Amino acid sequence: MSTIAPERPIPAPRELTTEPRFSDKVFRAVVTAGGLSSLIILGLIAIFLGYRGFEILRSEGLNFLTSSDWSISTDDAGNVTESHFGIAAMLVGTILCSIVAVAIALPVSVFSALFMNFYAPGWLKKILIAIIDMMAAFPSILYGIWGFLVLMPSVEYWAKLLNHYFGWLPFFKLHPYVVTRSPFVAGVVLAIMIIPIITSVSREIFSQAPLDRIQAAYALGATRWAMIKAVVIPHGKSGVIGGAMLGLGRAMGETVAVYTVLNIVFQINWQVLLGAGGNVASLIILKFGEASPYEIKALMAAGLVLFLLTLIVNAIAELIVRTTGKSGR
Amino acid sequence: MNESHESEKENMETTTRPSSLADVANAKEQKVPGTRAMGTGLETRGIHAWFGNNHVLSDVNLDFAAGTVTALIGPSGCGKSTFIRTINRMHEFIPGAAMAGEVLLDGKDVYAPGTDVTKIRLQIGMVFQKPNPFPSMTIGENVLSGLKLSQQKVSNKDELLEECLERAGLWNEVKDRLGAHGGSLSGGQQQRLCIARALAVRPQVLLMDEPCSALDPGSTLRIEETIRHLSDTMTIIIVTHNMQQAARVSDYTAFFLSDGGPGQMIEASPTSEIFSRPRDKRTENYVTGRFG
Amino acid sequence: MTTISAPTPTRPWAASPKDRLRDLSLFLLAILGSYLVVAVTPMKGKLAYFTLFFAIYMSLTAGFQWFTRGSAAAKDAFVNSLVAIGAVVTVIPIGSIIATVVVKGIKGINFGIFTHDMSQAAPTDPLTSGGLLHAITGTVTLVALALVMSIPIGILTALYLTEIRGVFTRPIQFLVQAMSGVPSVVAGLFILSAILYPITHAYSAFMGSLALTILMIPTIARTSQEVLKLIPNDLREAGVALGGTQWRTVAMIVLPAARSGLITAIILGIARIAGETAPLLLLTGGGDTVNPNAFSGPIGSLPYYIWKSFNAGSPEALTRAWAGLLVLMVLVLILFTLARLLGTRKVAR
Repeated sequence: MSTIAPERPIPAPRELTTEPRFSDKVFRAVVTAGGLSSLIILGLIAIFLGYRGFEILRSEGLNFLTSSDWSISTDDAGNVTESHFGIAAMLVGTILCSIVAVAIALPVSVFSALFMNFYAPGWLKKILIAIIDMMAAFPSILYGIWGFLVLMPSVEYWAKLLNHYFGWLPFFKLHPYVVTRSPFVAGVVLAIMIIPIITSVSREIFSQAPLDRIQAAYALGATRWAMIKAVVIPHGKSGVIGGAMLGLGRAMGETVAVYTVLNIVFQINWQVLLGAGGNVASLIILKFGEASPYEIKALMAAGLVLFLLTLIVNAIAELIVRTTGKSGR
Repeated sequence: MNESHESEKENMETTTRPSSLADVANAKEQKVPGTRAMGTGLETRGIHAWFGNNHVLSDVNLDFAAGTVTALIGPSGCGKSTFIRTINRMHEFIPGAAMAGEVLLDGKDVYAPGTDVTKIRLQIGMVFQKPNPFPSMTIGENVLSGLKLSQQKVSNKDELLEECLERAGLWNEVKDRLGAHGGSLSGGQQQRLCIARALAVRPQVLLMDEPCSALDPGSTLRIEETIRHLSDTMTIIIVTHNMQQAARVSDYTAFFLSDGGPGQMIEASPTSEIFSRPRDKRTENYVTGRFG
Repeated sequence: MTTISAPTPTRPWAASPKDRLRDLSLFLLAILGSYLVVAVTPMKGKLAYFTLFFAIYMSLTAGFQWFTRGSAAAKDAFVNSLVAIGAVVTVIPIGSIIATVVVKGIKGINFGIFTHDMSQAAPTDPLTSGGLLHAITGTVTLVALALVMSIPIGILTALYLTEIRGVFTRPIQFLVQAMSGVPSVVAGLFILSAILYPITHAYSAFMGSLALTILMIPTIARTSQEVLKLIPNDLREAGVALGGTQWRTVAMIVLPAARSGLITAIILGIARIAGETAPLLLLTGGGDTVNPNAFSGPIGSLPYYIWKSFNAGSPEALTRAWAGLLVLMVLVLILFTLARLLGTRKVAR
């Protein structure tokens, strides 16, 4: 059994012929088909909404995105004589509401995530995680109606305060003085809805902060805050940004909660506190009830725009979260 | 002068120390290949293995006679585990894995095109480093799980169950609670359950990848007894880091080593020989504990 | 004779009574301060108490640390209060939501609403007439149909990502994530444009559940994937080493081992869609009677019922909406608790 042999050349790797059984071939085909379903569904959504909205998109062209006129006139026979469809005000409103939401939710979420990971005792941490997961599972209609009947009066009062003390800041200007059902109100409701999302992403990222570096910081005499600033924040920064983008995407697509608290007006309004806003998703619910088949095509086109917008935001968010999740290890 | 004095002292020690590895190896019943009729055994011819571009194992030629126990020893990372995984074609599960050479079971190449991989794995069973009974199954179901997995029908399930647990040395401990979950057993019992599970499909060869490394000494001893009993009826290849164990259970021992490049098989001899008069200097260094 | 006295365990790092007293007095001082400021200045209301309390507490603790231990400790104390505020602000809305829904909804709950539908009643009628039986049966129908479609697709997707790991793994992981961000109203519009308008031309529970399926798949797929990832690879190898094909190994070992986790995934999926409103407004037509046929005719549902009652506006209708919200919330809470109870076990031993 001697192995002392003359140097032999290294052979080329063998071709492995792993011929799977028939049952495995079927299994792999079925699972792959199931796995591809997400691709198929997303593709079909884009194709069908584009196909239905194509007529409108072609006749309106770029105006669909840049004008705010939404009118349709019909003759007595019900034929469309003239129509204008533009969602600029809705797009601006969607962006405004979601930015307000993220601006409020981001600091709150980061603070509560820090609290859960580094300050709260174990039992409190467990309770908070359960509460926040539960908040994420609550239906949006619950937030909408609660926001309308309970939260709105307080938020309108806060809006007045903001305008009173910070009215000199350009984005807290208010003219005319109408604060009911403003993008600010919608933004606050959305903020409450996306706090659980941003908090859980941030908490996850913070908890991956390397323990040895945390201990090294403490061993150098750092206070808790100094440790967080030196170790946790640099580690989690881009992950938190990704979480905020996820929240932004969710806020942009939210329908029912926004619809209940927002006053929808077909006019571009950049004033956060002014009671006139827009929202693509709410537009669809608002107009769907009495829409003619022709107008529904315009709603489909609006849906396509919303779909692509949220898809892009989510894709960016996912890329950021994923890349930091890897580099963090 | 000084050196020779030392080696003399060592020689004295190896001969006088009652638990020296060579003595341990000689203490058990010695087997001679070919005395039992159980197929023609297993041969490997020029086995190489790669992970991606990383050449991890180079040109291993080893014969395993039927009915013998062969221990594979060597430092970590020398390709022992990779080698036994090429034998029952578990190697190919790792993405990027490649191999060269032939594994002949009863003279037939297990890598030959058209070979049914699952049949090969039924003939060459495997026991893993960490005990891994299937968590969703009872003790009894675990033992018979191989039959269900490979869709084999047997008429005398209860007999088979008892026989396999008996051979794995577990029957007396579990016969009253075959319906309990595998997870309720101790680590050593779980590993013997995994051995019983591997036996139920009646393999010719049993591969054991450091089966005792996660166990306490008492459980290790039980498993070693089991291995000695099993070797009456099958060929066993065991990877171990424990040279005492190799000396206790194996008839043959092969020493693997990597010098930074791919792992190689340095020497294979009867166990009593490799521990008393190794032919290769590197083997000697390893078995006498000078490195590794 | 020497007796060795056993030392008593101590925790020198824990807060001493003196420390606790100091913290408590700072806390009380902050409460007192906020009352005083509210009393002497024109500021008023809950918001004023809340902000003043935190402002005073923060400056007191930070100031105290500044004097005793310097600026770094002061900053630390400041952030300490700040993150606590973050957690409090996060929890306040959920407390308010649960309290409001329970207080307002309980008035609308009586036995009758679980045995009647709205076919003989308008939302503005007194609460004694009508009920939400049709809404409950409708939601059950919608969820059941959506489950039938989304469980296989969701779990197959998870299996593809964990077991097959083919060339599409990364893009599909990405798409599943993207799919979880599809707005619910877009899912509704898609079914409208792809199936309802060109093929069926009519509202039905099936149409609604198709949209819910789209929303449910990513939840089930992602949670199942997490669970399947936890199944140790040893088990898969052991299955294959015993001569099992991949299919039998997955079906007999991997899936049973992950069972309770997969159930958790399904429950979380149900919680995700049970209260989904927007697609139902587009696709189900929201009938007022119990509709046993899932494939034709408008069908009611809890969210639709709440929506309709809320928009009717009268006090009776609002109470109906709150009662509906209470039923929906309790449903979601039950599902969520179940999911957590099962989820803590994740993988059976």
